[in-house]
Amino acid sequence: MKFPALRTYAYIYLLFLYAPIILLPIFAFNDGTIIAFPLKGFTIEWFRQMADNSTLRKAVQNSLIIALSASIFATTLGVFAARAATRFSFPGKGGIIGLIMLPLVLPEIIVAVSLLVVLLGIGVKLSVFTVILGHVLICTPYAIAILNTAFNALDRSLEEAAYDLGETKLSTFRLITLPLVMPGIISSLLMSFTISLDEFIIAFFLAGAEPTLPTYIFSQLRFPKQIPMIMALGTCLVAASIILLTIAEYFRRRGIAKTGGTDTGGFL
Amino acid sequence: MAKATRWRRFTRSEAFSGYALVSPTALYALLMLAAPLATIVAFSFFKDGYLTVIREFTLQNYVDTWADPVFRAILLRSLFVSGMVTLTTVLIAFPIAYYISFNVSREMKSRWLFLITIPFWTSYLIRVFLWKVILGYNGVINSGLDILGLIDQPLNMLNNVQAIVVTLAHAYAPFAILPIFVALEKIDRSLLEAGQDLGESRLMTFWRVTLPLAMPGVVAAVLIVFIPTIGDYVTPQLIGGGKVPMVANLIQARMLDLDNKPMGSAIAVSAMAIVTLVSLAFLLVNRRFLGVQK
Repeated sequence: MKFPALRTYAYIYLLFLYAPIILLPIFAFNDGTIIAFPLKGFTIEWFRQMADNSTLRKAVQNSLIIALSASIFATTLGVFAARAATRFSFPGKGGIIGLIMLPLVLPEIIVAVSLLVVLLGIGVKLSVFTVILGHVLICTPYAIAILNTAFNALDRSLEEAAYDLGETKLSTFRLITLPLVMPGIISSLLMSFTISLDEFIIAFFLAGAEPTLPTYIFSQLRFPKQIPMIMALGTCLVAASIILLTIAEYFRRRGIAKTGGTDTGGFL
Repeated sequence: MAKATRWRRFTRSEAFSGYALVSPTALYALLMLAAPLATIVAFSFFKDGYLTVIREFTLQNYVDTWADPVFRAILLRSLFVSGMVTLTTVLIAFPIAYYISFNVSREMKSRWLFLITIPFWTSYLIRVFLWKVILGYNGVINSGLDILGLIDQPLNMLNNVQAIVVTLAHAYAPFAILPIFVALEKIDRSLLEAGQDLGESRLMTFWRVTLPLAMPGVVAAVLIVFIPTIGDYVTPQLIGGGKVPMVANLIQARMLDLDNKPMGSAIAVSAMAIVTLVSLAFLLVNRRFLGVQK
């Protein structure tokens, strides 16, 4: 059943969604220290400032270490849980998976505060490592959601055929299962990476004195002089995440094509 | 002997394989999530000594928290803001989900969903800050209206609840669209034809067939938006200018600025309890819509 007026509404809605992102590059290249219209002229000064900033470089480095580690750990934990959830049934499964998926519906501040209290209590020094611990926790549910789809789409008879042909459980997993769910694994890695790279609250609480990209941005937003540089940084981040997401989407679709399913939806 | 065989049988069972596989992830969640949550619940019943926590049972933190008018005001504001955000987000998201599910051709659907999720994956902080740029004193809207000669004085649109609602409604849009879309996709299209064949108008078919069947998605969308927004820290800080703090800002202030961990824990636990209660109440009210399509 079609309601033709919806098309117009859809385009207006997309404009609302994209309004902030369209403004970003406009102000990143605007030759004025105040973020306001009318525009002053074209400049790449803010990108130059960004490249010269040593604290920012440190923050980027930290964030990359955190995002890379968190995405690998979260995806590994996700593979275990998704495999268990899709392939086996065992008593208490709902409760266990529910606990693992809980961060999805828990305000991040609660996760951050409770981890902080425990880590300080047992005398762990706050660092990049403690942020990784927190990020693995919040990335794992997303990884599981993606991997569940991948494992569900798997035709079980392929594995059974491998067993019948004399492969062991482990070699079957390596030769049959893993290649088939690989697209899911790659898109889970990319998704976890993107989530971790952008996560603020947990990093804010658990990073101690170490800057990460979001905590650095947050600290700079107070200084009007720094805003144009942050706009330039934002432009780079948006470009980077669009590239990452396009790759993730490509692998997700390839995964669906590989296992012979039909494309029914996007992320989440 | 009998014990050993039973053990051997158990290790070969499907349940054992399941437990073995899920255990690394479950253990991580237990250590890093369940244990810390249990700890703040415990802390909320302890006394605060200066810089330390005295392990003595007390209800004083809760008494102080709930007697504090500031806490009550902030909690009420948080509930109100989250409620408004949820209402706005779900109301404006529903037509989009409907459009993608019913009006867009099969091949274009995933492209539309991709288009909608992209803004969500770009830096949250910068997105929130850009709303400050849009709504600010010499921001996009004010300078635009000024150029058009519609206003003499810039409008004051920041540092209030409405600005927070707009920003959060934007930030959580995909969270509302996706579950509603999934519910709409599941609807058997022949039911709609049946409705029209039986003489219902298009609007009545929507009201009596489509909407009730889409309700599980709407309920999921409401919860997925409501729960995280009530704990949002960044938006009240940046868009509210610190003038309209919400629960997360209060927890942060008690925990870090004042370093009163038992008090901060009591606030966090109270907030969690309220959120859980509101969510359960909402589920209860809508229970007749859930499980319709089984």
